[in-house]
Amino acid sequence: MTEERHDVVLTVNGTAHPVRVPGRRLLSDALRHDLGLTGTHVGCEHGVCGACTVLVDGRPVRSCLMFAVSAQDSEITTVEGLTGSDGSLGPVQQAFLECHGLQCGFCTPGFLTTITAGLRDNPSPTHEEARDMVAGNLCRCTGYQNIVKAVERAAELARDGAPRVHPADPPEPESGQLAYEERDDDNASTGLGG
Amino acid sequence: MKPAPFAYRRPGSLADAVAALAGDAGAKVLAGGQSLVPLLSMRLAAPSMLVDINAIPGLDTITADDIGVTVGALARHADVLASDDVRRVQPLVPMALSRVAHATIRNRGTTVGSLVHADAAAEMPVVLTLLGGSLEVVGPSGSRTVPAHELYVGPLECCLHHDEIAVSAFFPALAPGAGVAFDEIARRHGDYALVGAAALVDGDSVKVGYLSVADVPTVVDLSGVPDDRLGDVALEHLDPADDVHATADYRAQLVRVLTARVVRSAREGTR
Ligand SMILES: Cc1cc2nc3c(=O)[nH]c(=O)nc-3n(C[C@H](O)[C@H](O)[C@H](O)COP(=O)(O)OP(=O)(O)OC[C@H]3O[C@@H](n4cnc5c(N)ncnc54)[C@H](O)[C@@H]3O)c2cc1C
Ligand code: FES
Ligand code: FES
Repeated sequence: MTEERHDVVLTVNGTAHPVRVPGRRLLSDALRHDLGLTGTHVGCEHGVCGACTVLVDGRPVRSCLMFAVSAQDSEITTVEGLTGSDGSLGPVQQAFLECHGLQCGFCTPGFLTTITAGLRDNPSPTHEEARDMVAGNLCRCTGYQNIVKAVERAAELARDGAPRVHPADPPEPESGQLAYEERDDDNASTGLGG
Repeated sequence: MKPAPFAYRRPGSLADAVAALAGDAGAKVLAGGQSLVPLLSMRLAAPSMLVDINAIPGLDTITADDIGVTVGALARHADVLASDDVRRVQPLVPMALSRVAHATIRNRGTTVGSLVHADAAAEMPVVLTLLGGSLEVVGPSGSRTVPAHELYVGPLECCLHHDEIAVSAFFPALAPGAGVAFDEIARRHGDYALVGAAALVDGDSVKVGYLSVADVPTVVDLSGVPDDRLGDVALEHLDPADDVHATADYRAQLVRVLTARVVRSAREGTR
């Protein structure tokens, strides 16, 4: 028995992609395997970890809990879509770079999309609001402190319209400027995530 | 794991959706998918057809008036939670919704889907039952109103027929002079609660609804019970169980603590 396939057009990061997929194709798998957009990561595949989070019509949604066929009427933004057309980093990406907001990077795409939407809705979060913004995403490396710092730094960058940094051209380490030298005691960690 | 194969239909009208369901005894409704897709991916469910109701116009409405709050089948938890009108008319709805999963899940999950899914660990079925609300349901032979007290028949089981679609839920307004409160204890922020309790106090009437301590959402009438006996009397109607998350004894203790807490805070909040 051959499985029925559906012709749908997925609009991802402003580009329309026609795909032919079975009904059961998860949006996360369609992005990664059919479109080759492997920036979206898959951890738990049942909605808990947040690694697969993408923006669907601007709102953070678990792409592992949506079928590709259900996404045909929506605009999807993946982590690839957060970068400028010249490859420069978006404010949230730049803040993660500056604040050392990632280690292995597996969880990072989900955090970046979630925070991008979070700061659009609340451009000046308090510390508590910054923590709450990332409460639905799991990270097994960082211990979260630097991710929360990155939320606050990204808010600053987005407000100030600070110049973007090209990923191939990271900022020169200047003494006293590296975020990891400013780590709090509560984050003088061994890398064991909380 | 990945879901087993299924036929996928995305009807543009309620009538077509009902017809698709009626034509396949193994068909299931797909709303927000936040409960169904994990079940499919873990292969705990394998329906022959999914009828995706997300393209049906007019189902995402949220209205609130003096009588109560009506939430359409495609209204997402996040939109119901954000509505000032809902908060004004029935504050228990947002109090409980803020404890349903994480914001990202609430962006896609529907409140009506949660009511139909009938998880005894879920917040909204208890709220609907406590308030005496109802579901509006459409099937091949027309529509009917199902009162909350008839809705829940067993664990993860509500009384809807397989070819019926819930089109909206109705939560009665908070009466003048009445008060409500909600609280729960979960292992982690956003997790399903170990125990949760919702209180409705109106004059001498005191009712408390419980999640996670019975097979179905359970409301206990505690009117006239002395304050120091509230939790113990409630426990006579509940069945806290052991599982990997908590012991039955611990759950019983949470019932005592939460009952006292929500009744007190509902009284303080009377208006
Ligand atoms: C990580 C995670 C944490 C969660 N935590 C919580 C929590 O703490 N509390 C909580 O209450 N929920 C929680 N949920 C579940 C969430 O609230 C779901 O959104 C909700 O239970 C189901 O709504 P849905 O629209 O996603 O329904 P779906 O998943 O699409 O459907 C669920 C079931 O209801 C049926 N159904 C749905 N809508 C209709 C309709 N209109 N008519 C007829 N049948 C219908 C479907 O056929 C299916 O059987 C969590 C989910 C995840 C992934
Ligand atoms: S992979 Fe989707 S939430 Fe974990
Ligand atoms: S950086 Fe490794 S999981 Fe978050």
